[in-house]
Parts: sequence; structure tokens; C-alpha cells
Amino acid sequence: MGLLSYLKEIFTGKQDAPEAPVAPAAPAAPTKVEVPQPAEAKPAQTPADVKVEQKPEETKMEELPVADKITIGHVHMSGCTGCLVSLADNYEGLFALLDNYADLVYCLTLADVRDIPKMDVALVEGSVCINDHHSVEDIKKARENATIVVALGACAAYGNVTRFARGGQWNQPQHESYLPIGDLIDVDLYLPACPPSKESIRNVAVMAYLLLKGTDEQKELAAAYLKPLMDLAARGVEACGCDLMVDVINQGLCMGCGTCVAACPVRAIDMVYGKPNIDREMCIKCGVCYAQCPRSFFNFDVINQFEAIGEAIDAAMGKGGE
Amino acid sequence: MVLGSYKTAICARAADPGILAKSQDGGIVTQLFAFALEEGIIDGAVVAGPGDEPFKPEPIVATTVAELLEARGTRYTICPNMSMIKEATRTYGLDKVGIVGTPCQIQALRKAQLYPMGMRSVPDKIALAVGIFCMENFPYQGLETMVEDLCNVKMESAVKMDIGKGKFSVYTERGAVSQIPLKLTHKFEQGGCHVCLDYVANLADVSTGSVGTPDGWSTVFVRTKVGEDVWGRAIGAGYFETKDIADVKPGLDLVTKLANEKISKNQKTLEERATFGVNKGLRNPYL
Ligand SMILES: Cc1cc2nc3c(=O)[nH]c(=O)nc-3n(C[C@H](O)[C@H](O)[C@H](O)COP(=O)(O)OP(=O)(O)OC[C@H]3O[C@@H](n4cnc5c(N)ncnc54)[C@H](O)[C@@H]3O)c2cc1C
Ligand code: SF4
Ligand code: SF4
Ligand code: SF4
Repeated sequence: MGLLSYLKEIFTGKQDAPEAPVAPAAPAAPTKVEVPQPAEAKPAQTPADVKVEQKPEETKMEELPVADKITIGHVHMSGCTGCLVSLADNYEGLFALLDNYADLVYCLTLADVRDIPKMDVALVEGSVCINDHHSVEDIKKARENATIVVALGACAAYGNVTRFARGGQWNQPQHESYLPIGDLIDVDLYLPACPPSKESIRNVAVMAYLLLKGTDEQKELAAAYLKPLMDLAARGVEACGCDLMVDVINQGLCMGCGTCVAACPVRAIDMVYGKPNIDREMCIKCGVCYAQCPRSFFNFDVINQFEAIGEAIDAAMGKGGE
Repeated sequence: MVLGSYKTAICARAADPGILAKSQDGGIVTQLFAFALEEGIIDGAVVAGPGDEPFKPEPIVATTVAELLEARGTRYTICPNMSMIKEATRTYGLDKVGIVGTPCQIQALRKAQLYPMGMRSVPDKIALAVGIFCMENFPYQGLETMVEDLCNVKMESAVKMDIGKGKFSVYTERGAVSQIPLKLTHKFEQGGCHVCLDYVANLADVSTGSVGTPDGWSTVFVRTKVGEDVWGRAIGAGYFETKDIADVKPGLDLVTKLANEKISKNQKTLEERATFGVNKGLRNPYL
């Protein structure tokens, strides 16, 4: 059975191979899981050879292993709550996520829990104000209590607009210095953008679920999917439109597709001589132009399977099977 | 599988002579979008519209057949179609978007759907992605040099350009043809093309190009369920004339040969980049 049939099976609750079920051992408290890395760096050319299954999909959500949900928390640092709004923007998709895959165990806005509990995934929004000891304690607590720490959005990942802070604002004028969370703790993966789209949060949530609760093969797919986002986290805490110059154009990789232009939230990019030109006064250092560029990372092993993965995510959200 | 996965390969051309007239090859792109627009399969499509200067396209969101017709024909220079993809859904408010693009642009599109960090409202609204084959592309200034200096044709008087049979050809409004060996154009190619590992838009719903089929016809790969559905309906409605690809010359063998050539050449470039300096290499986006 292929990766994707496994993937679909878990979402559709359908089992058409006898050997399929894995006993889902629900750990009471999350233990540090080894995040599986995809085997070897694949050779660059991996042709699209995925066989797409044609059988109609049934979406039987009631058969899902609801007992074995992952636990997710939203940790609010110095951010504008836009990232959380983006998560909530999934509307019924959010309910599908919360009903079937994840319990929201911590979220100052949406869940009535005061202290940061143990959890599988911490979605951290915002940068850390180092003049505020609560924030510094909270980010450390989040690292201690979460198996996977995700920098949700550009402020957590790169500082973003908070890089421009100078203090003096009511009613905490002494709050003047803000750092991306990666300057204080290890971060497992980045989901940059200001804010990250609802669809990207949905995709990462589904993949995080598979990584923690899936079969070995699902874990492998999820790890392959998440790897570039882990690489972004490993790449560092600084981002700027200049990354397109430094790591794409100067490296001889830009081919003028214009994706960066569309991705920029402040329209700081236009195309000059077939390549992006950055209005550096406009740039808020969100990092999404580089992350979205097909020449920053392009993992054939995952993207070649776009059709089947898209269907599986739709099925997970209860949209599949027309 | 250098041709990517596909359900069917066909030799085809648009049934509407009006569309065919100013199309590059079999008018597949324009005819398919026109059909999809009329049927409500798409609300509009991102295409390479006319720009300020001759043969310098600008991406536009076409919402009428008239605009699609304006965008016919290949311009051998960069047209950043992906730059309009979020405009199409957010500014134009389209729910079902079509887009045409070179293989790299279709790759960008699929990445944008799977990793849509900065692509709010895009991933679920792509209704039809048409890919065009592509061996290489040229910056506008490079194209200008090829046309004006090497082919001795003013950009304003060119009506069509094409690449085939080892030549770059420019057709003028007076009916003259000026040709140069393709070899002479290589140095004007954009560098980013030299790491490109896709010739026939492997990730499109439907991809098309001239190679493999006779003049005026196109080679078409129908790849995804979406592609199969739209193509099937267009055929059913009589929008295309088709021939069995096995019966036409030079057929898929040539497509495969060229795809292999492109990919192995560019694989080699990637390998050379890895050891470009002294104990230092250039970045590889695929690792
Ligand atoms: C740079 C480039 C290189 C190509 N190389 C090859 C090749 O090696 N072998 C091969 O068989 N075919 C190649 N093609 C494709 C071929 O030239 C035709 O575009 C294709 O066959 C479609 O023809 P048609 O009659 O179906 O499309 P038409 O109905 O004429 O429509 C063409 C469509 O392509 C779009 N378009 C035109 N120029 C561009 C551009 N620069 N970027 C993005 N979209 C554009 C237009 O908006 C229009 O919608 C190349 C195309 C380009 C742009
Ligand atoms: S997204 Fe990347 S490849 Fe595309 S135009 Fe921007 S920098 Fe160039
Ligand atoms: S140029 Fe735009 S997308 Fe890129 S980092 Fe700056 S603000 Fe973000
Ligand atoms: S050769 Fe590749 S990178 Fe260059 S324009 Fe064509 S598809 Fe894009």
C-alpha cells in the first residue's frame, strides 16, 4: 500500500488492506519524539510518477480515531493576533481540525487555560519582548512543554514588523526590544508570512497530526512535507526581501516567475528586467517572498504528489469525495 | 518518466479558425480557456497580455474571450504570470482561476498550493492550470538583441517568432522570415533556466507545445482529474480536432528526446554548481 492510500485511509476511515491499522498508542504526556528526517537527500530529478487512486472517496468522519488527537497550543508573544485570526479563518475547517485531529489545550483567546501546559505542538505567534520577563518565561516554558515548536508567522520567525519597534508606546513605554523566538529557544519549524495563510496553517496542522499519530509511512510523508519548513527554521532568524537578491538572483536561480511579487503582503516587490526588485523602505522583513519562491526550496518528492495530497487534505477537512 | 505522469497524449488543434489564426501552434491554450470561461469552469485566467513594447508581455487576468484572444502567441521572454495569481482571487475576486505558464511557473503554482504561506485564498481556487512546454527563456533585452541585431528585424515589424528545427525564426508583417541557428541564441538565455528540470510542464492539469506534431497542430498531455474533466468536456462539445498521437510524425519520441536532453544538460549544470568554487558550491534549490 502506498503512502497516499494510507494517508487517505486515515482521513476517510476506509480500510481496504488488512495489514493497515497501527495501534495508536496515545501517550498521556508527550514524550520527545524523534522527528523522522526523510532518508537521503533525493536526487534532484524525481519525475511525477504518482498513481492517483480513482476510487470515490467516502468521508466518514465518525470512524476516525478521535481518541487519539494531538494537542495544540497557541502561545501569544508580541504579535497582532493576525496569525490566530488566520487559523480561525478556516471556519468549518477549524472545527474539522478540532473535532478530529487536534485538541486546543492552550490559547489565551479561545481556551480558558492560564498556564502553558504540556502539548504536542506549540504554535507561537509573535516575537519575544526581552524587556518583559513574563514573555521570556513563557517562551521558555513553551519550549519545555511542547514536543514541536512552530514559529507561526513572520514575527515569531523573523521579528517582522516588531524589528522596527523603538519603545515608547502606551502603556509599557519600556518595551522596546523584540527578538524572534529562535534567538532564545530552538525552533522546529517555521511557517512564515504576515500572516501565514489559513490554508498553510491547515496543511501544517494535518501534517503535524500525521507526523505524531500516523503510520510509519504517513510519518515519512509528513516529515518530507515538513522538512523544508524545518530547514527554514535552521536557516536563521533574519529575513528580508534582500534574500531574493542574495540567495536567488545572485545565485543564478531566479527565472522570473513572479511568485514573490504575489506573496509580498506590502507590495514591496515589482519586476524589473524580469527579476524582482525590492523597495527596501517598504519591506517589513516577513520572509515570505523567499519562502514562497520556487527556487528557495522545491522538493519534487512532495510537490510531484500535489494532486493526491490536495485530495487527502480536502478529505481531512470533509470536503472530498464529490 | 521525463514527460511526467499523464492520462492521455493527443495531437490536437482548435476547431475555431478564428482562434487558430493568431495562435502560436494549435491554439490549445486559448481555445481551452475560452471553453472553460464559457462553461463557467473558470471565471478568468492569468495569461500573458500585451505590454507597452512589442513582444514584451505583461501578465493580465483575462475575464473575457476578447482578452484571451489578445494574449495569443508565444513571446519568448519572461512574463511573470504568477505575480497575478493572488490579484486574481483577491482583487478580481475570482473563485475559479485559470493560469497558463511555463513549467517553472506551474511548479511555482503547485508549491503555492501545497505551501501557501503567502498565498491566502489561492490554493483552493485554482480551477485549470495549463502548462506550455519550454526549453529556455530570454530576458527582454536578450530577445531584442536576437531579433534586431542577429535577425535584422525591428521589434515593431515582427508579427511572430518561433523556435523549431534548430532555428529561431522571426516573421515580419511583410511576410519575410528571418532565421538564425538556435546555437546563436544560447548565450542570451536567462541563467535561471539552466537549473530547470521540467520540459513539458509535468505538474499542469493539461500541458501543450508544438514539438512532436505537424505545424499548426499541438501535442497535448492531459494529466490530472481536473484536466481530464475539462478536456473531455471540450472534446465532447467539439472544440478541438484531434489525431492519434501515434499516427503523427515526429510524435512523442521527439518530445521524449528533447526532454531527456534538457533534463540531463541541466542536471549536469546542477552538479557543476555543487563544486563551483574552491570547496564552495552554489545553492541547489532541490535539496
Ligand atoms: C519561453 C517559451 C519557450 C517555449 N519553448 C517551447 C519548446 O521548446 N517546445 C515546444 O513545443 N513549445 C515551446 N513553447 C510553447 C509554444 O511556443 C506555445 O506557447 C504552445 O505550443 C502553446 O501554443 P498554442 O497555440 O496552444 O497557444 P496560444 O493559443 O497561442 O496561447 C499561448 C498562450 O501562452 C501564453 N504565453 C505566451 N508567452 C508566454 C510567456 N512568455 N510566458 C507565459 N505565458 C506565455 C499566452 O498568454 C497565451 O495564453 C514555449 C513557450 C514559451 C513562452
Ligand atoms: S519567486 Fe523566486 S524565481 Fe520567481 S521571480 Fe521571485 S525570486 Fe525569481
Ligand atoms: S519584500 Fe515583502 S515579502 Fe519579502 S520580506 Fe519584505 S515584506 Fe516580506
Ligand atoms: S526553461 Fe524552465 S526555468 Fe526557464 S522559462 Fe522555461 S520552464 Fe522556466
